[in-house]
Amino acid sequence: MALPTYASPLERAWYYTYLVICGVVFLFLIAPILIVIPLSFNAEPYFTFTPKMLTLDPEGYSLRWYDTLLTLGHPTPDAVRDSSWWSTVWERATWVQAAKNSFWVGLWATVLATTLGTIAALGLSRPEMPYRRLIMALLISPMIVPIIIIAVGMSFFFAKACVAPDSAIGAIFGVFLSDKGCLANSYLGVIVAHAVLGIPFVIITVTATLTGFDQSLIRAAHSLGANPRTTFFKVIMPLILPGIISGALFAFVTSFDEVVAVLFIAGPAQQTIPRQMFNGIREAISPAILSVATILVIVSVLLLAMVELLRRRSERLRGVTPR
Amino acid sequence: MKKILILSTALTNLAFAAQADITVMSWGGAYGEAQTEAFVKPFIAATGKAVIMVDADNPAPAMKAMVEAGNVTVDVASVEYADGIRLCDEGILEPIDPASLPAAPDGTPAMEDFLPGAVTECAVSTDIWANVYGYDTTKFPADAAPTTAADFFDLAKFPGKRGLRKGAKAVLEFALMGDGVPAAEVYNVLSTPEGVDRAFAKLDSIKSEVVWWEAGAQPPQLLADGEVAMTTAYNGRLFAAAMNEAKPFQIVWDGQVYENEMFVVPKGAPNMADAMEFIAFSTSTEGLRASAQQISYGPARKSSMAEEIIYKDGKTVMAPHLPTAPENLTNALLSSSDFWVDHDAELNERFQAWLAQ
Amino acid sequence: MAEATQELLTTADGRPLKAALAAAQSRAKRRAFFLVLPLLLFIILTFLVPIGYMLKRSFEHDGFASSAPALVAWFGENRGFDPADPPEEAYAALVEDLARMQVEKTTGMAGTRINYSVPGSISMFKKGAREAKNLTPPFRDSLIAIDPEWASPALWRGMASASHVYTTEFYLVASDMKLNDHGWARGEDKERIYLYLFFKTFVISGIITVLCLLLAFPVSHLLATLPMAKSSLLMIFVLLPFWTSLLVRTSAWIALLQEQGVVNDLLVGLGLVSDEGRLTMMYNMTGTIVAMTHVLLPFMILPLYSVMRVIPPSYARAARSLGATSWTTFRRVYMPQTLPGIAAGSLLVFILAVGYYITPALVGGADGQLISNLISFHMNKSNWSLAAAIAGMLLAAILALYWLYDRLIGIDRLKLG
Repeated sequence: MALPTYASPLERAWYYTYLVICGVVFLFLIAPILIVIPLSFNAEPYFTFTPKMLTLDPEGYSLRWYDTLLTLGHPTPDAVRDSSWWSTVWERATWVQAAKNSFWVGLWATVLATTLGTIAALGLSRPEMPYRRLIMALLISPMIVPIIIIAVGMSFFFAKACVAPDSAIGAIFGVFLSDKGCLANSYLGVIVAHAVLGIPFVIITVTATLTGFDQSLIRAAHSLGANPRTTFFKVIMPLILPGIISGALFAFVTSFDEVVAVLFIAGPAQQTIPRQMFNGIREAISPAILSVATILVIVSVLLLAMVELLRRRSERLRGVTPR
Repeated sequence: MKKILILSTALTNLAFAAQADITVMSWGGAYGEAQTEAFVKPFIAATGKAVIMVDADNPAPAMKAMVEAGNVTVDVASVEYADGIRLCDEGILEPIDPASLPAAPDGTPAMEDFLPGAVTECAVSTDIWANVYGYDTTKFPADAAPTTAADFFDLAKFPGKRGLRKGAKAVLEFALMGDGVPAAEVYNVLSTPEGVDRAFAKLDSIKSEVVWWEAGAQPPQLLADGEVAMTTAYNGRLFAAAMNEAKPFQIVWDGQVYENEMFVVPKGAPNMADAMEFIAFSTSTEGLRASAQQISYGPARKSSMAEEIIYKDGKTVMAPHLPTAPENLTNALLSSSDFWVDHDAELNERFQAWLAQ
Repeated sequence: MAEATQELLTTADGRPLKAALAAAQSRAKRRAFFLVLPLLLFIILTFLVPIGYMLKRSFEHDGFASSAPALVAWFGENRGFDPADPPEEAYAALVEDLARMQVEKTTGMAGTRINYSVPGSISMFKKGAREAKNLTPPFRDSLIAIDPEWASPALWRGMASASHVYTTEFYLVASDMKLNDHGWARGEDKERIYLYLFFKTFVISGIITVLCLLLAFPVSHLLATLPMAKSSLLMIFVLLPFWTSLLVRTSAWIALLQEQGVVNDLLVGLGLVSDEGRLTMMYNMTGTIVAMTHVLLPFMILPLYSVMRVIPPSYARAARSLGATSWTTFRRVYMPQTLPGIAAGSLLVFILAVGYYITPALVGGADGQLISNLISFHMNKSNWSLAAAIAGMLLAAILALYWLYDRLIGIDRLKLG
């Protein structure tokens, strides 16, 4: 918004004040995220800038906090770093285990949420859908209902949701359930909980993509002899794929960032990165937390770039002119 | 179905960390590390069984919640003395057979070797620890440093933030001792409504300056970061920070509240037999001694103290750093399990309400 | 009735068109519904059922009912007894149950149940149970000899009510009510906490919403009026925080705001505050408000931006050309058009803030705790029913706001990024 030529001096002054205010708000938004990056290279166990850091003395900086991410939980952290040392890191290091858990839980939760969510979004965006508003409100509600309430409910229910480990269901899902065959303290429990939390995001993004979708394309496909399967994979899917992927990314990030449900329903085997961070922050915030934070910031920059590219592609595909 | 089974097993093995055999829930930080070194690693070496440690701010309520939800994932938990008795009364814990505890090397039966009260129906002592307060010696001149419990509450003479544990236990006793109640009188006073009011009034006088901590690892960190001028802490945590990280921390023993820390087994522990074996192994003469070499908490077996205990650095004599050293006991309070078994619920409730106001 | 006599339209195979259309429509309806069905079942099973189960727990506690069979039976037979003076047989049943509790180790369970409505009961039960097997008749006198409170009408009311498994008592407890000798009444000031925390949670959420609105409005306006290329670039400042882990942002705020943190160091370095006078901005309400405002700000900017984007600049120009001052133009022309965005953003931020847990738990200290933290506290103390009742009350408040959101804005207009 440029200033009109007829602006009075007072308006000019106000305009520049307004720009300064906006600058401050942008700073407020971004500064905390950027500040963790240099602080994570602190050579001292403080998370403020030391005098050496401020004078850009190389001695003030180090990678020691990144190193602790590999050595925490390692039985012989100071041994020679040969291939067996590294394989122990992969098998034992606390943060590496947490990262693996976060990744796999996030992946399965995303697959579950995206599959169910996309199919449902197809139904929801049909004009004939009955009780549309009510069902939509229900499916979005995991985003609105406080996570603590969901977690409390699940922690009650999942402790009772058990199958006998020697039954047929127990045999199939046994490895995903706890020792007693329950959802509580199990990978499946955490995956299900995270899928529930991710579903609203999938529904919102996919239905948004479908609003511009021309339903007559489906009829055209049918009239040309395509069966529903072909119609879905050859006509609908390519058009809504960007929406599905960005919904899936939202679902993944939701799971990857989630800690309350993990605190309430996960057992000691299901430590994830956020839970590890939560414990770390509560006990003793050391720059080790900030080094994890830095890695996560980089991950979110990559995800953001991906979503942005997808959004543009989607708009191009649907013929919506960029704003 | 078999195919699915194989597939899902393969995926899980690929995906998730292996489940451990014995899960021990303890307090994390320096204490957790000490127990890992003293109990867990030797146990793994001796038996080949896998053990993992998990942390809690306070294992007792966490474990109680598990048992009541019918969803127990820990085999052994480290709890405070009163909790070991209270939870046993409430049927949360498995009884421990005293005959399973190993005798001292000279053949003295375990029950005679342990200090009085150190073995209860459901719990065995792993160490004797204390709630003390400490300060950073660089913040106060040597001739005007705090020395008594009353000094902790004296904001005029010793300005600065205070760290306190977020809970009623040991805090109320400490407040009364800070208000001039002699250690021997503390529980008599605290048993009356006026005494409870008096303790809260004392806490009120510093409430605005208090930083509350929950996990035992927090207070040394608060001191190191300069977030507080002095803080209560578990004595071993301050000792560990001073020894291992050369922090200039000084412990004030006046007004300390000490007690036994106990290993217990929750009802429905997944690996009951292994849990009992682990406890017997850890609370042997050598186990308790090894623990006292790792952190400044005293062993509860006479035989563990037969020889002088030296810290893991190979030179520091542990005796003067233990809560039970005579010079540390001049104004000290043995935490009363009788009192806390009965009053834990109501005083904590009152404490929470007071905190929120 | 012209239509009745008219010949019915039919399809090519001779069916009435009306029926064919209805059949096709209901087929389409069913097909659409079947697409949604799997997810619906999933959500019902993993979301609605657990929440329903939680609500059931909020009305249910068998800690006393299951461990005091003699008293439960006696209360069942003597519904109209006078709590101020229960007869000796009631005391006999009580002593019998206390002795049983000691053997079966259920004192804690039973005492805890009564303790919710009558504070201090748990200690009495523990003491009473230890002594029970040594007590001799008359039991009333021997119990009172241990503790005169055994004759308290409040206690007898509490026990009578706790002899039922299902109860609404936990909602009363969660509203700071306690049993006294005459029935339910407001508890003592020093024990009141729940309604106060509810109130505080709503006030803090309100403050955060207002702060978010004040900060978001100019920024959204700038983003909406800048040319596309520039605003896309600036949008990164909004979207990056949105995509960054909540725990990352919370730990960043701790690093910034704690006493030895970056902001205080900067202020001391600039000489604005002395080294002793460092500001306390973390582990208190200030910390909670600042960190939560940062976390929730994108949820305000995004809806505001999407509304402002489509406001044509010509309206403002027209107002100016008709002689309005810039302030009047803003107040009378621009602002009213942004109201849908303000409503959407504010409600969303408020709803999310009311249920917040992580940030207050980490940076709230003692006075920055919200109602969610209290739920978690009671969960950790295994006060399931009380935690469930508080959660039930919070849920009711959230659903009311959600309903409002749906009525005002429409849930299907929720957009992300």
